[in-house]
Amino acid sequence: MTPVVLPMPSRTRRPPGALQGMRCAFMRDLRGVLRRRTDAVAALVFFVIVVSLFPLGVGAEPALLRTMAPGVVWVAALLASMLSLARLFADDHQDGTLEQLLLSTTPLPLLVLAKMAAHWLTSGLLLALGSPLLALQFDLPTSSIGVLATSLLLGTPLLSLIGGIGAALTVGVRGAGVLLSLLVLPLVVPVLIFGAGSVGASEAGLGTVAHFSLLGAMLVLALVLAPLAAAAALRIALE
Amino acid sequence: MDSKGFSWYHFAAPQRFYRLAGIAVPWIGALAALLIAGGLVIGLLIAPTDHQQGDAYRIIFVHVPAAWMSMVIFVAMAFWAAIGLAFNTRLAHMIANALVPTGALMTFIALWTGALWGKPTWGTWWVWDARLTSELILLFLYVGVLSLHAAIEDPRRADRAAGVLALVGVVNVPIIYFSVKWWNTLHQGASISLAKAPSMATPMLLGMLVMALGFWAFCIAVSLARVRIVMLERERHTAWARQAIGAAT
Amino acid sequence: MNWSSFSEFAAMGGYGLYVWGSFGVTAVVMLGEMMSLRARRKALRTLEDDPPDRVDYREGAA
Repeated sequence: MTPVVLPMPSRTRRPPGALQGMRCAFMRDLRGVLRRRTDAVAALVFFVIVVSLFPLGVGAEPALLRTMAPGVVWVAALLASMLSLARLFADDHQDGTLEQLLLSTTPLPLLVLAKMAAHWLTSGLLLALGSPLLALQFDLPTSSIGVLATSLLLGTPLLSLIGGIGAALTVGVRGAGVLLSLLVLPLVVPVLIFGAGSVGASEAGLGTVAHFSLLGAMLVLALVLAPLAAAAALRIALE
Repeated sequence: MDSKGFSWYHFAAPQRFYRLAGIAVPWIGALAALLIAGGLVIGLLIAPTDHQQGDAYRIIFVHVPAAWMSMVIFVAMAFWAAIGLAFNTRLAHMIANALVPTGALMTFIALWTGALWGKPTWGTWWVWDARLTSELILLFLYVGVLSLHAAIEDPRRADRAAGVLALVGVVNVPIIYFSVKWWNTLHQGASISLAKAPSMATPMLLGMLVMALGFWAFCIAVSLARVRIVMLERERHTAWARQAIGAAT
Repeated sequence: MNWSSFSEFAAMGGYGLYVWGSFGVTAVVMLGEMMSLRARRKALRTLEDDPPDRVDYREGAA
């Protein structure tokens, strides 16, 4: 992967601003994943396989599957996200780009946020978009499918954000993959509860406003705090 | 040594804190033993049998103090981690590090006794009530901090990374508790929750308070003893530590 | 005193298993913690010397 090279300031050009730095990191990550699509596809396939395992495990009784569906899809999404989180900082750490990011004039939290955004686009978003197909496997009614996909759209950014903190904490550590899941999964329990719960609530006629509002509130909080925590963790890892 | 008066950093030197803790541990330990003995007497011998739960309710005399301590220690751990990150002192991180095993064990006790309380009252060994489920997640968080610290070889980096995780965790714990509480009421209704402590007759309340204080003293004593050992392990290349190791049994 | 005999005390109104299972495990955990600290303390003597925080970069140094 080509290391990040920000343009040198010259008499005719101003030094790059923060947004430009963010866009640079974002596009680089995006391009990286597009070049090596197997990682992203593998996580998606994992998602599908895990969801398909549950009926094999608990039996194909339709009523049971319909009740289980939101929870199963959500848990599978959590696990698939854990898989793809490792690459958030690991590749950059290996080729030395991470140190460059720390030295950049763009504030590190912003760069981290850009990377998390790119990560979400290539993992969480795909999971959310793929969820309707899997929900059909469980014979979920159409209205619920919409709620499930929306909850995933709201929730998967949270997974990228909070998971990013875990990825930053475990950069370069032995056994980082499993450790990452161990650290992040307890932290995202509220996301799971409100994400999967929204479908049940909508089916019970209670409306999804409460659940989505809470997810939204958590998302806003994480958007502000998670990059800060991840940046601090990166500095600790690389000092 | 300046004599300009009180300095916050006076006991931040490991050597001084080591001595201070060494004096404190036996006294606090004795206090703990006294309080726990007193609490057991009140809880097991004096407090009357409950009408609804029979004598099974007596489990609260260990369950509730352990649960309280599991949460207090998590906050304390996060506090010392914050101090360590902010002021870059080694001792604060050592204290945070020393608190984690005790906190995890208290959480385990809370879960175990909670299960044993749930079985006679609800018939199942595990009740997915809000408090027990939150305790379970708290245990996962403790294990996470321990694992992260153990996985990183450099102790300084390990301390600071575990510190960041502790802070993220402590912010998350209220959110987790609230969400689990909501999940619980939504799915099972408020009727199924871990047996509520009986409306407290004075001996019961007194017994619980005394046991809680006893557990608190115990945790402080054990954590201070562990900090001393952590200090010796990390500073064993210094003269004072070598002397202390040699002198100790 | 709430109990008239030791066997009554031990039985805990039929819930003896649960009550003593709780108190017993608590005691075991607390004592175990203290004992593990003592063992860790003893092991201090046999720990090999650990290098100081600062790495010596000078030529010829360890």
